Amino acid sequence: MAHQKLSLYQSMILILVAVSAPLGNACLDKGMKGLPPISITHLLPLMTAVFTPWVALGIALLIGFFATYLTALSWADLSYVMLATAWGNVVVVFLSRFCLHEPVSAQRWFGVALITLGVGFVAPGPSRTEKPAVALTKEGAPR
Amino acid sequence: MTLTSLPFLSAFFWATTAMIATVVLSSTAGEVLTAAAMKSIGDLDEIRAHSGLKGAIVAVLTCPLFFAGILFMAVAFFALLFTLNQLNMNLGLVGPATASLTVVSNAIAAKLFLKENVDRRRWTAAVLICVGVYFLAH
Repeated sequence: MAHQKLSLYQSMILILVAVSAPLGNACLDKGMKGLPPISITHLLPLMTAVFTPWVALGIALLIGFFATYLTALSWADLSYVMLATAWGNVVVVFLSRFCLHEPVSAQRWFGVALITLGVGFVAPGPSRTEKPAVALTKEGAPR
Repeated sequence: MTLTSLPFLSAFFWATTAMIATVVLSSTAGEVLTAAAMKSIGDLDEIRAHSGLKGAIVAVLTCPLFFAGILFMAVAFFALLFTLNQLNMNLGLVGPATASLTVVSNAIAAKLFLKENVDRRRWTAAVLICVGVYFLAH
């Protein structure tokens, strides 16, 4: 496996993958909790919910997540992208603790420590499996 | 204590296990198919540099593997909804179980089907993150 270093741009893409999904879900959560209960038989309020600021921001962030996730998968391994972006979960805990002032249990802090350790293991490593080039004979056929 | 009172012999236990397995397997299939699609398309940044954003979007939307991946992700999503609704289960139990198992199943599937070099470093990270996500979400 060749040791492929990520460029600054690629690192930024991975950071966006990690951050945009949890932030998008948090925005949807905040937006939907601010609305009156929606019945399965009357779905029209669900359509109008899409245009409320928090829900619209959440949808935009989730679209951004999917676009950056596809971009990352086009130049890095799935097993790398999935593991290196797992610290998005940690961001959620820090946001809930320090921005929303919600209590975080010792068990969750232990989870944060394990995830941070795991991402620390994988992030500096190679991002892509290099397939060996097929050696060609003088006639041009694969050897 | 009868045999049927043991947790692993009850119908509920097997139904829960089957639904969690369905969510994990379909989610993994979706991720692997999407990753295979993106590998077959090539570097999106290079495509965008040559053909613009429209060219990159067309390259993704004309790849059948991509839609196969989306289909399996949709199956995983609806299987999760079904589990929460029909089995009357708590998201606090199903969420951490599926999220943490998917980390490991994705690493296994990437090794088997995408022929990625999942070395010791990645296995260690997968196990640490799997346990970490479980503690975080439980």
